[in-house]
Amino acid sequence: MTAVAPETLDGARVGVITFPGTLDDRDAARAVRLAGGTPVALWHADADLHGVDAVVIPGGFSYGDYLRAGAISRFAPAMGSVADAAQGGMPVLGICNGFQILTEAHLLPGSMVKNDHLQFICREQPLVVENASTAWTNQFEAGQRITIPLKNQDGQYVADERTLDELEGEGRVVFRYDGWNPNGSRRDIAGITNERGNVVGLMPHPEHAVEPGFGPAGKAGVRTGTDGLTFFTSVLAALVKA
Amino acid sequence: MGRVVVEVMPKPEILDPQGKAVVGALPRLGFTQFTSVRQGKRFELEVEGDVTPEVLAAAQAAAETLLSNPIIEDVVRVADVEADAAGTITSAGLA
Repeated sequence: MTAVAPETLDGARVGVITFPGTLDDRDAARAVRLAGGTPVALWHADADLHGVDAVVIPGGFSYGDYLRAGAISRFAPAMGSVADAAQGGMPVLGICNGFQILTEAHLLPGSMVKNDHLQFICREQPLVVENASTAWTNQFEAGQRITIPLKNQDGQYVADERTLDELEGEGRVVFRYDGWNPNGSRRDIAGITNERGNVVGLMPHPEHAVEPGFGPAGKAGVRTGTDGLTFFTSVLAALVKA
Repeated sequence: MGRVVVEVMPKPEILDPQGKAVVGALPRLGFTQFTSVRQGKRFELEVEGDVTPEVLAAAQAAAETLLSNPIIEDVVRVADVEADAAGTITSAGLA
């Protein structure tokens, strides 16, 4: 917790919502801080978003994945406020269980079902950045290859053909699995965005690849990968521009 | 006390990985006649008093908003089991 926010980003407050069963809220808050923003802890049962400029819905197993992953969390008081704020253009990032919650809340189309091989999977996952103009990817280059961790059981992205064609046609596929599809996701889709580009959801975990020594392998050697940090510098850049 | 049963199944066009795993295990136990398995969910919703049309309508609404996700699942049954199945539930010891 050492990074100091640059002057220009001092005002950028990024909320991180904790649900019962959330795992990665601390890592997400740390990623925000390392990128130069100010993380704000938000609680699922509190409809007040405390004036944050953006929201991260982190990964984990909210409500134990009971019923369907994200199905119960989607009705949390905080999520009603997130839906309203997202309609107004506030940047929202859903990671893993957070992505599942966003699809259950109909803020993003499609849904996730069990991995096609039925196993929990945990690996360093290569991705291609397909859309580098969203609130959470504007500091990437389109076509850039990145590696961040992937760890889930219900990661198979599904949607009907019409929805998939729409996503492709409108450039709303943000990330695709590179090389090997780890869960049977339709068209190798790892992450998508809404029409406006402010809401992004993906299954892999950028917040686990933000600091040398703790992330996946990078060009400089083992655990040097920090590709995930760019998600958080992107949203801060988007907020400064806005 | 009344009970409404809600049944939810994966949509036909969605590959059901759990059903696929089950159908793969059956032949190993000698059950070679089953060519396909799809796995769904059954919910039992209890109410004080009788299952009225209003209760059934509420169960239908709950089934469509919370108990199922219309993108991947269909609600295939919402029923008052006591009235519907005339004793099959009670004889199974669930009443």
